[in-house]
Amino acid sequence: MKRAFPILAILTAGLLTYGLYGALIQAPTEQTMGDVQRIFYYHVPSAWTAFCLFFVNLVASIIYLVRRNPKADALALASAEVGVVFCTVVLVTGPIWARPVWGIWWTWDLRLTLTLVLWLIYVSYLMLRRFSSSGQTPMMAAVLAVLGALDVPLVYFSIWFFRTQHPQPVIGGGGSIDPRMLHVLLMNWLAFMCLATLVCWSRYRLEILRRQVEETQALESLLAAGSSR
Amino acid sequence: MSSPPGVTRATLVKDLRLEWRSKDAINSMLFFALLVVVIFSFSFDPTAEESRRIAGGLVWVAFLFAAVVALNQTWARELRNQVLDAYRVSPAPASSLFLAKVLGNFIFVSVLQALMTPLFVVFYNLRAIGPAYQLVFVAVLGAWALVVNGTFFAAMSVRTRSREIMLPLLLFPITIPALLAMVEATSSILTGEFSAKFWIVLLAVYDVVFTTGCLLFFEIVLHGE
Amino acid sequence: MTYLFAAYVATWVIHIAYLGHLARSYARLKKEIEEVNRKR
Repeated sequence: MKRAFPILAILTAGLLTYGLYGALIQAPTEQTMGDVQRIFYYHVPSAWTAFCLFFVNLVASIIYLVRRNPKADALALASAEVGVVFCTVVLVTGPIWARPVWGIWWTWDLRLTLTLVLWLIYVSYLMLRRFSSSGQTPMMAAVLAVLGALDVPLVYFSIWFFRTQHPQPVIGGGGSIDPRMLHVLLMNWLAFMCLATLVCWSRYRLEILRRQVEETQALESLLAAGSSR
Repeated sequence: MSSPPGVTRATLVKDLRLEWRSKDAINSMLFFALLVVVIFSFSFDPTAEESRRIAGGLVWVAFLFAAVVALNQTWARELRNQVLDAYRVSPAPASSLFLAKVLGNFIFVSVLQALMTPLFVVFYNLRAIGPAYQLVFVAVLGAWALVVNGTFFAAMSVRTRSREIMLPLLLFPITIPALLAMVEATSSILTGEFSAKFWIVLLAVYDVVFTTGCLLFFEIVLHGE
Repeated sequence: MTYLFAAYVATWVIHIAYLGHLARSYARLKKEIEEVNRKR
């Protein structure tokens, strides 16, 4: 298991490089938007990766609620954090793309707004984890994760209907996509998924280690208090 | 007395009676909402046409902030007197306690809405062009959405370090679809430009989903492990 | 295209910042482990 990590790291580095090459050089230039459109190859796969990570968080939270397995809780925390990182990338690249193309920084684009709300929900999740006392954190965080997940379809529909009443520009375009562009898009997504796995795994191991150290420290201070009597 | 509806009713009556004597929550909510309305009036000097467009947002922001003020106190009394421990060991289901709290807060927020609405009408020269009766549905469903989630997250926040700020931090993101619905529905009815039906249905769905979710999960939050 | 450049750079800055944060947490944790082992 431990040997898989460096192998995955090398694979990820390779995929990321190939993806970058594909995005900047290999992919054909888009007709209407020009080279700026290439942001698409980082913006969209980051979003898909973030959604996958949030899904992992949901599953891990449910497993924790049902089984009380502390490893599931550690995974929930790791996937939420890394998910927020990827989500931040989406929210930063989106406006950078929108500005030169549509002249505005922000628009209540369905996917972008959904990403913003998800980002807000998961940041509040991380804040709950940081600010609550350690005994109860896992359970309450898991509950928040499930409630957040229940919220997602409602968020989607509310923004969707808002946009039918107040039409806004659509970032990312719809319609059919050139197969060469699709290839680059998918390659970058694969690269980001590998990166996400690597980082999430690291965060998970860090969390497990951190808990072990805390337990040891607690035990040591107990023993010290006992022996000093 | 330990039957679920009995517990709910007893807790609710006790809360209402305590509140009626001190009028803490209602006074602070009312004053806060009034302040928000006045301060917003300084920033906008809208024509009647414009006020109909923005009033929806302003009204609900004012209610939201005022509700948070009251929600923060929801569990404070229980925490001070170790009442929560008593509930934990009693045979009454946690959901009864939760329901009582939610109903109490709902009554407070509804009273607030009833008192604030004439003020808003006056300050912004409001007159509904669309079907005004629908505003009642929006008010009731919207208040319920805020209160059910607010009471739940207030219980969660009670166990955290920065208690008062934690409640809005948790509440606002998850309530976004409901807030959007409340604001858009109110604006649609006031301006008469669109039908508010979709928003009202969305609010109803939101209320059902989150009332169920919060009732189910409150046990966990009460016991904390 | 400065916007294109900015977007790609921003992406990597965000990722590297997070990885740096993780690395620092690891270092801090290693130090704590040493302390615990020394006390024993």
